[in-house]
Amino acid sequence: MSGAIADVFAKARAEDRAVLVGYLPAGFPTKELSIKAIEAMVDGGVDLVEVGLPYSDPVMDGPVIQAAAEQALAAGSRTTDVIDVVRASAATGAPTVVMTYWNPVERYGVERFADDLAAAGGSGLITPDLIPDEADEWIAASQKNGLDRIFLVAPSSTDERLEMTVDAASGFVYATAVMGVTGARDQTSSLGEELVARVKKVTDKPVGVGLGVSNGAQAHEIAAYADAVIVGSALVRCLLDAPTESAGLEAIRTLAQDLRAGVERT
Amino acid sequence: MTYAQPDTTGHFGRFGGRFMPEALVAPLDELDHAWTDAKSDPAFMAELNRMLREYANVPSPLYEAHRFSEAAGARILLKREDLNHTGAHKIRNVIGQALLAKRIGKPRAIAETGAGQHGVASATACAYLDLECTVYMGEVDTERQALNVARMRMLGAEVVSVTSGSRTLKDAINEALRDWVASVDTTSYLFGTAAGPHPFPSMVRDLTRGIGDEAREQVLKLDGKLPDAAVACVGGGSNAIGLFTAFIDDADVRLVGVEAGGDGVDTGRHAATITGGDVGVLHGARSFLLQDEDGQTVESHSISAGLDYPGVGPEHSFLADIGRAQYVPATDDEAMAAFDLLCKTEGIIPAIETAHALAGALDLAKELGPDATILVNLSGRGDKDVHTAAEYFGLIDEPVVLEQGVEE
Repeated sequence: MSGAIADVFAKARAEDRAVLVGYLPAGFPTKELSIKAIEAMVDGGVDLVEVGLPYSDPVMDGPVIQAAAEQALAAGSRTTDVIDVVRASAATGAPTVVMTYWNPVERYGVERFADDLAAAGGSGLITPDLIPDEADEWIAASQKNGLDRIFLVAPSSTDERLEMTVDAASGFVYATAVMGVTGARDQTSSLGEELVARVKKVTDKPVGVGLGVSNGAQAHEIAAYADAVIVGSALVRCLLDAPTESAGLEAIRTLAQDLRAGVERT
Repeated sequence: MTYAQPDTTGHFGRFGGRFMPEALVAPLDELDHAWTDAKSDPAFMAELNRMLREYANVPSPLYEAHRFSEAAGARILLKREDLNHTGAHKIRNVIGQALLAKRIGKPRAIAETGAGQHGVASATACAYLDLECTVYMGEVDTERQALNVARMRMLGAEVVSVTSGSRTLKDAINEALRDWVASVDTTSYLFGTAAGPHPFPSMVRDLTRGIGDEAREQVLKLDGKLPDAAVACVGGGSNAIGLFTAFIDDADVRLVGVEAGGDGVDTGRHAATITGGDVGVLHGARSFLLQDEDGQTVESHSISAGLDYPGVGPEHSFLADIGRAQYVPATDDEAMAAFDLLCKTEGIIPAIETAHALAGALDLAKELGPDATILVNLSGRGDKDVHTAAEYFGLIDEPVVLEQGVEE
């Protein structure tokens, strides 16, 4: 495990709270603004940053993140820009991982991507469409560079797959709380708690819960049983909906503060 | 050596596999096991074959196209998949998948469609087998294939127009996958081509291979020997893999897949994935695809909605890689010239997809000469394309009202 991610989980544990993980896509709405947005969410209390790599065919994502990715690509966002955004994000002091579909990494070159990500201060990769079964090249490259491999587990994962995936993962395990795509939901799902319990049975690696979390109250519910609460679409929506640049950044900071209060267990 | 692909994890050499969200892996495993069980269950296969025979009009005839042959300069045999119920080879695949859905006990089915052929076949099979049906179709395709949208609705399916991304087949697949990940407990995904994550490429091949198995027997009966070449169009590649599979071990039979060359491969506006693309990962499998320097999928272009797809089934990439099959492009203009020729010489209006295979056969005829016999999969009929073809040939003077509210 990269030191930075381990430290953040240790610190949160000591403070009796869950780690708050925030997702924003690189290059949305522009590279500069996506960096400011990340700084705003870290300022508001996000502990660990997920930088999204905008992709043309995001099958795991709902309409909000799809729209952001489309805008980022239309504005000309490139893979090298994502690395720049990681560098800026890591400079805030928050450990930073990239969340990406697999093809852009393969196209960039798996080893080259791992080298450049590590050089930019990145801590690892979340891979929504890369399962450990297909990940030999990435496992080798990440080990070489000391990067974490955050694989996903789902309510539908069999016990056998759960154990195999958790075994291959490092940093933390990403538990998708609902069967579905990313996007804010009114209610959290009971599937998340069951899934975390299943993961905890086979590992002491930290478990983060994502998909559908949009406010402090939901974050608080999840913090009761998970080591990290992961928020994406709700943060992206702040930027999509904002009438002005500064209003968007302010909305992100405010939401991050609300979420941060939510992840306190007491 | 006898050809045996894929391996147990769905890899055709370095191609194929499963690049999918973990949430869908268990359902894909379940599907894989269900199909493995079903295809070795004589009762299931007897039921499937009965349906294909009584309902889908399979086996389709083999037809020697004399006048087209004369124009081509080689002997052309057509495997008449256009005469199947719903007018294309697609019914073979979808009846199989829908019957499997019944066996698994899932009451709802979803499908993606480009030209509408697979959507119509899915809507048909769901009506026949009493399944609820939702079809995802790119907005651009709903416009150029408005009649097929109407056909699907007549058959009781819900058609969802997909407005994300390039609003064509690839985006319809994305949207269907998003539906599936949220509904997989009750829903089967009837995948329309021999692409996608394992087990779809091999399952769809198993279900379409009757095309080649029948044709091989029919040609042998007719000629006492195998054809010199077998030709099919390739979008995702289901009709081509269905034709090729029977001949893979027959080293003397040339296998030619014809991709959509659009405005020409050198213009960048095409859908010739193997000819003009690179290896990458899209829609769950490693295969050739059209992508930019950063691995973003590039929009494909073709006059044929059914071939307008930036990916291709992994087994075709493998067959290209090992040199067993050859993949060549035919441009929009070449395909439409072949379309016109078949109409005028044989009184058969082919699907524009299929016209690409005919264009490839015309080229091959020049190369092989008059003694050659070329088997072409006439994968679909062109009723759905009459509007596009009439516009292309300038046969319509007045605006045609296709359905209320859609005027072109």
